[in-house]
Amino acid sequence: MSENSGIDVRGVTKIFGSGAEAVHALDRVSLAIRENEFFTLLGPSGCGKTTLLRLIAGFEQASEGDIRLDGEGLTHLPPHQRPVNTVFQSYALFPHMTVAENIAFGLEMQGVTKPEIKDRLEAMLALVQLSGLEQRRPAQLSGGQQQRVALARALANRPKVLLLDEPLSALDLKLRKEMQIELKRIQHETGIIFVFVTHDQGEALTMSDRIAVMSAGQVLQVGSPTEIYEHPTSHFVADFIGETNFLQGEVVAHDTTGATVRLSSGATRQASAPPDTASSGKVSLAIRPERVTLTRNREAAALGGRVENVVYFGTDTNYHIVLGDGRGFLARLQNHQGAESPFAVGDEVAVEIADHALQVLRD
Amino acid sequence: MAAPALKTPIADNPAAGEQTVARAQAATRSLLLAPAMLIIGVFGILPLFIALVYSFLEPDTYGGVRWVFSTEAYVQLLFERDIFDDTLTFNSAYLEIFWRSFLLAAYSTVACLVIGFPAAYFMATRPERQRDLWVFLITIPFWTNLLIRTFSMQLIIRDQGVINIGLMNLGLIDQPLAIIYTDFAVGLGLIYSFLPFMVLPVYAALERLDFRLVEAGFDLYASRAQVLRRIIIPLAKPGIVAGSILVFIPSLGAWITPELLGGGKELMIGNMIWLQFGSSRNWPFGSAAALVLMAMVLLALLVYARSAGRSGAPDG
Repeated sequence: MSENSGIDVRGVTKIFGSGAEAVHALDRVSLAIRENEFFTLLGPSGCGKTTLLRLIAGFEQASEGDIRLDGEGLTHLPPHQRPVNTVFQSYALFPHMTVAENIAFGLEMQGVTKPEIKDRLEAMLALVQLSGLEQRRPAQLSGGQQQRVALARALANRPKVLLLDEPLSALDLKLRKEMQIELKRIQHETGIIFVFVTHDQGEALTMSDRIAVMSAGQVLQVGSPTEIYEHPTSHFVADFIGETNFLQGEVVAHDTTGATVRLSSGATRQASAPPDTASSGKVSLAIRPERVTLTRNREAAALGGRVENVVYFGTDTNYHIVLGDGRGFLARLQNHQGAESPFAVGDEVAVEIADHALQVLRD
Repeated sequence: MAAPALKTPIADNPAAGEQTVARAQAATRSLLLAPAMLIIGVFGILPLFIALVYSFLEPDTYGGVRWVFSTEAYVQLLFERDIFDDTLTFNSAYLEIFWRSFLLAAYSTVACLVIGFPAAYFMATRPERQRDLWVFLITIPFWTNLLIRTFSMQLIIRDQGVINIGLMNLGLIDQPLAIIYTDFAVGLGLIYSFLPFMVLPVYAALERLDFRLVEAGFDLYASRAQVLRRIIIPLAKPGIVAGSILVFIPSLGAWITPELLGGGKELMIGNMIWLQFGSSRNWPFGSAAALVLMAMVLLALLVYARSAGRSGAPDG
C-alpha cells in the first residue's frame, strides 16, 4: 500500500451562493481515506457530508482545495470520467429500463464488450442476490430490491471508490439491519473503498472502519468507532454519538497518557485527554452512562445525588439522578441480578467513576 | 340527501340499496356531463355528419348541394373526368396537395421539436420560482389573434419588410431575399404559430423528470449526448409525442398561414378545402377532402397508438 493510495481531501471549501447569501457548506475540510476502507461521514443534516460526497463524485466543484485519488487530482475530471460510482439516496434507478439494463448501463457506456457485460451482470445479480429478476422494471421491485439494484449498478463498474449517500434511510428497520451486514460483506469481498454518508450514529458505529464526524461544514473528529465513542474530543461529538453526561472539572496535571482532573465534589480521577490539553484550568468532561457504578457508600465517591427516576429496559436499567449541584446525570446499569432494582426513587446514591472513564473535551 | 328513500331498501336488501345509490350516482353523472355532450354533439359530431352526407351529393351551381346521391366527389380526388366523353384519367394534383401539406406539417413538427426541446429543457431547469414566469412568457403570443400575428409576420419577411430592408441597409444584400410566398415562409409561419404547443407539453414532461437520474447517468460514465439520448429523451417521450401531435395536426389543416405567407401559389389542404366552399362552389368535393384528411390523421394516430402500446411506453 503506497503512501498516496486512497482518497486525499485537502483543504476543501465549498461555498454555495455569493455575497450576503453565501453558505459555507464545507469549510477547509481535510481527510485521508485509506485503501480498502469502509469510511463513514457522520453528522446531522446540513453538516456538509452529502456536499463532500458530491464533490468526490464530481457533481459539484470545490470553491477551494483539491481532492486526489491515488495521488492524482480529480478536480478537473467531470463525473463520467472519474473511477467513482454512487449509490444515490433515492436509488435513482432508470424507470424506463429493466434491472439488467440498469446494471449494464455503466458498462455499456464504457464500451465493455457484450459477453463481458453478460458475465459481470450475472456476477452482480448473484452478489446482490437478485438472480431471476433481471427483466423486471424498478417499479416492480420492493424498496430493498431497488436498493440492491442500485448497489449492483454501481459495483458492476468495479470503481475504485463507491460513494453511498444514506442508502439505507428509506428501508424499514429489519431490512436496514440486513443490508448493513450485506454492505459490510460486499465491501469486504470487493475491497473497494466505501464512503458512506449517514446521520444514523448506530449505523456508523456498526459498519465503519473509521468515522469522520462532521458539523457545520467542518470535520470535528476522525477515528475508529471505538475511538469516536470512547474518546470524543469535542462536546458535539460526545453529544451526537450515544448518550453522554457532561461535567465540569479542573485539570490538575497532564501528561502523554492523559490528565488528572478534579471534579466539583473535590475527588480527583485520571481521565483521557486530547494531547493538546492545557495542563491546568477548567474543562468540560464527558462520561458515558454505562461507565459509572452506583453505590450507597458516599464516602470518597466521585459524585453524590438522589435517584429521581428509574426506567427499566430489559437488559439495562436507566437511573436518572439529580446531582448535589442540581444537574441531571444518567447512569445505566446492566441487570445482572434480573429485574430487581437495587435502587429506588428517592434513594441517596453515590456515583462512582473509575479512572480513565472520563474524557476531557476541547470545548 | 336521499336518506329516507334509501332507508328501507338498505335495511331489507343491501344489494338493492347499493343499486339505488349507483343509479342516483349515474343520474348525477349524466346530468353533469350533459352540457359537454350537447356541445360536442351539436358543434362537433353534427357538422361532421353534415359533411359526410354532403360529400355523397352533387354540387349545386351557385354553392350548396343538390340532393342526388353521387360518389363523384371522392372520384375527383384521384381522377379527372373528361368533359366531353366522361372518361376518367388519373390526376395527381390533389394527391400532391395532400403530400405537400403532409411534408410541410412534418417539417414544421420536427423544427418545432428541435427548437422547442432546448427551450423546454431550459425552462424545466430554472429554479422553481422562475418557471411560472417562463410558462407565462411562452403563452404571450396567444394573447393576440393568429391572423394579426400572421400579418405582422408578413410585414417582417416581405420584400420591403424589416429583414430585407435591414440587410440591404447593412449592405449585405443588393436584392431583397425572396422569403415571402415560398414554402419556407409557410413553414416559418407554421413553426411560429404552433411552437408553444410543442414547448408546453415537453416542458411538462421535463419538469417531472427526476434530475438525479441525469446525475446517475453521468456517474455511470455516460457523456452528455448519451445522457440526453438514453435517459432524458426516453423519459420525456410522452411530452414529445403529445407536442408532436399538437403541432402536426393543426399544421396539416392550416389555412391562414399558407394563405397569407404562401400567397396561395402552392395550395395546402386547408386552402384547397376552403376554395371548394368559396369560389369553386363545390361543397361535396370540399366535404370529401376534409373527411379524407380526417381519416388520414386518425389512421396515423391509430398506427402510433399501436406501436407505442407494443413497445410498452414508460409510466403506461
